[in-house]
Amino acid sequence: MSSTNVHGAKSPNSQMPNSQNWDQELAVSIRGLNKWYGAFQVLRDINLDVGVSEKIILCGPSGSGKSTLIRCVNRLETFQAGTLTVDGIALTDDLKRIEEVRREVGMVFQHFNLFPHLTILENCTLAPIQVRKLSKGRATEIAMHFLERVRIPEQAHKYPGQLSGGQQQRVAIARALCMNPKIMLFDEPTSALDPEMVQEVLDIMVQLAREGMTMLCVTHEMGFARQIADRIVFMDSGEILEIAPPREFFTNPRHPRTKMFLGQIL
Amino acid sequence: MASNSIAPGGTYLSHKNAPVLPPPKQKDAWWERLRRSFFGTPLSAFLTLLSSGLILWLTPDLLRFVLFDAVWNAPDGEACRVPGAGACWAFVWHKLPYFIFGSYPEHERWRVVVTLVLGALLLAWLLWPQKMGKHPDKPFAAALLFLVYPLVALVLLLGAPIFGLPMVDTDLWGGIFLSLVVAGVGIVVSMPLGIILALGRRSSLPVIALASTSFIEFVRGVPMITVLFMANFMLPLFLPETVHIDRLSRPLVGVALFASAYMAEVVRGGLQAVPKGQYEGSAALGFTTWQSLRLVILPQAIVHVIPGIVNTFIGLFKDTTLVAIVGIFDFLRTVETARLDPVWAGPTISATGYLFAALFYGTICFGMSRYSIGIERRLAERKKGRVA
Ligand SMILES: Nc1ncnc2c1ncn2[C@@H]1O[C@H](COP(=O)(O)OP(=O)(O)OP(=O)(O)O)[C@@H](O)[C@H]1O
Ligand SMILES: [Mg+2]
Repeated sequence: MSSTNVHGAKSPNSQMPNSQNWDQELAVSIRGLNKWYGAFQVLRDINLDVGVSEKIILCGPSGSGKSTLIRCVNRLETFQAGTLTVDGIALTDDLKRIEEVRREVGMVFQHFNLFPHLTILENCTLAPIQVRKLSKGRATEIAMHFLERVRIPEQAHKYPGQLSGGQQQRVAIARALCMNPKIMLFDEPTSALDPEMVQEVLDIMVQLAREGMTMLCVTHEMGFARQIADRIVFMDSGEILEIAPPREFFTNPRHPRTKMFLGQIL
Repeated sequence: MASNSIAPGGTYLSHKNAPVLPPPKQKDAWWERLRRSFFGTPLSAFLTLLSSGLILWLTPDLLRFVLFDAVWNAPDGEACRVPGAGACWAFVWHKLPYFIFGSYPEHERWRVVVTLVLGALLLAWLLWPQKMGKHPDKPFAAALLFLVYPLVALVLLLGAPIFGLPMVDTDLWGGIFLSLVVAGVGIVVSMPLGIILALGRRSSLPVIALASTSFIEFVRGVPMITVLFMANFMLPLFLPETVHIDRLSRPLVGVALFASAYMAEVVRGGLQAVPKGQYEGSAALGFTTWQSLRLVILPQAIVHVIPGIVNTFIGLFKDTTLVAIVGIFDFLRTVETARLDPVWAGPTISATGYLFAALFYGTICFGMSRYSIGIERRLAERKKGRVA
């Protein structure tokens, strides 16, 4: 079996739809990435290049390593072999570099991870003030701008605990955007939400995608994936098994396990 | 029909909303509820009777001693020595300056008063409950109390001839004010040092983790008295002979280190209660480790363990009485000394003195405990989303 990446993951550029011309500039470049937890290998020879303003959807069965992979991109997880370059910066153990990358890469988590002891507004201004060294006035201005964009400016002075899940996740997106990131990572942003709140979050993400944000998104929302993805990456047991544009991916999946997976979820 | 629809297999569609009704009236009268809480079960009835009996038996004697037969006003111990006399409050009244200031020179005592009032004001400012979401001046108050105030207090109490304040040797310090100094130093040092030790214990650098852990475990494994003796007799051995450290600062070092070890464990508990997502959320925004600790992790960790922190302070405050064994005249020691004064000596003097000491320690510790409960309640409200 493990005929490594027969589907061309090794040279992902060949997978790009010809109709679209990416900047040759790469937002993220992952080469030969391997990661182990003890003796257990979570990521196996991952190769993936993401162009600037490209939208990548990662999907695959539970435990396939999607979260682990996406968390490697902003170095919330370390890896043992391979290279990962983000916005031209190669990630090493160098803390300064890691912080530099994290400033440019926003992340939205499944469980929001808002700071419960701070108001919504403070959640959004803390990093711009402390990390980007903006003035408080400027940071507040930016925060209000993004809170308006996620359509909850009136909640600015509440605490996260007082908001619904969907609202909290929209705040989390606004908080990440306040840092003016070049790349956004989403790790199952809607899977902790009640069904009636999923759409309000997806709407924001669609809007973000239309504005040209580079996005890497783990999600099981296949309708959303079809709508915004440039490419869909299918992973299973730590490997990338297939990369394809959404139309091909859904109508004509090639790897047997992709077919099985789609058969189960669609 | 509708009546059949709830039968197994039936279907149902609502055509009108069910009426909204007020809750049924609470039919138990208050005495009924009282009866249930005090005489609800045979065991509960038995305990109620037993404790009422105890109260009835003890209260009259206690009231007689403390209030009705007490001697409130007397120039010396004569009136208190009368058979059947109760507490000799006159003794406490006469000795009050000594209880408060120890042997601090009389015409310099205003300095102590200023120090205490200043400290009380700063503390009130820091602890005053504030509307949620408005905390811009708390860090400032904390900085004043923890950084500036200790220096001001030191200058005021010890003296600084340059400012026209004559030196007052620490041998003359004593009483309530000295107890507060010992407790204050313990609190002011143990808070930051405890946080540093707690962070050190969780550090990924083995040397730091090992050093912090050994310190904490060593201090926690040794009685406070031992720490005091060690500070008293061993500290001078570690310092060059030219450095003279005075008799008071040695036990102060001991108390501070002792309290820090306990505080470290309390804070560590708080750090463990902060979810991993908070570390990740702040790291993902580009915070340095230190920034994320300072701005995100510690504020939450400390709030989690306010009851534990206050508990440590209460313990520390009571433990300050132990410094007496290395020759420091804390409040309890001044009571001890005063009761031997031949002018006042009498059968009720010791009981009065210790009762007064108990009242003093009890009131302060009770106050701390109530404050902590109040804070807990506010935080619980905040968690529920209600603005406190
Ligand atoms: N800290 C860890 N130590 C050991 N194994 C881990 C650790 N974190 C994750 N794993 C394992 O690594 C594998 C991949 O985990 P990961 O969270 O990346 O999966 P996922 O694709 O995101 O799954 P899900 O859809 O459930 O979120 C899983 O088998 C998981 O059990
Ligand atoms: Mg996951």
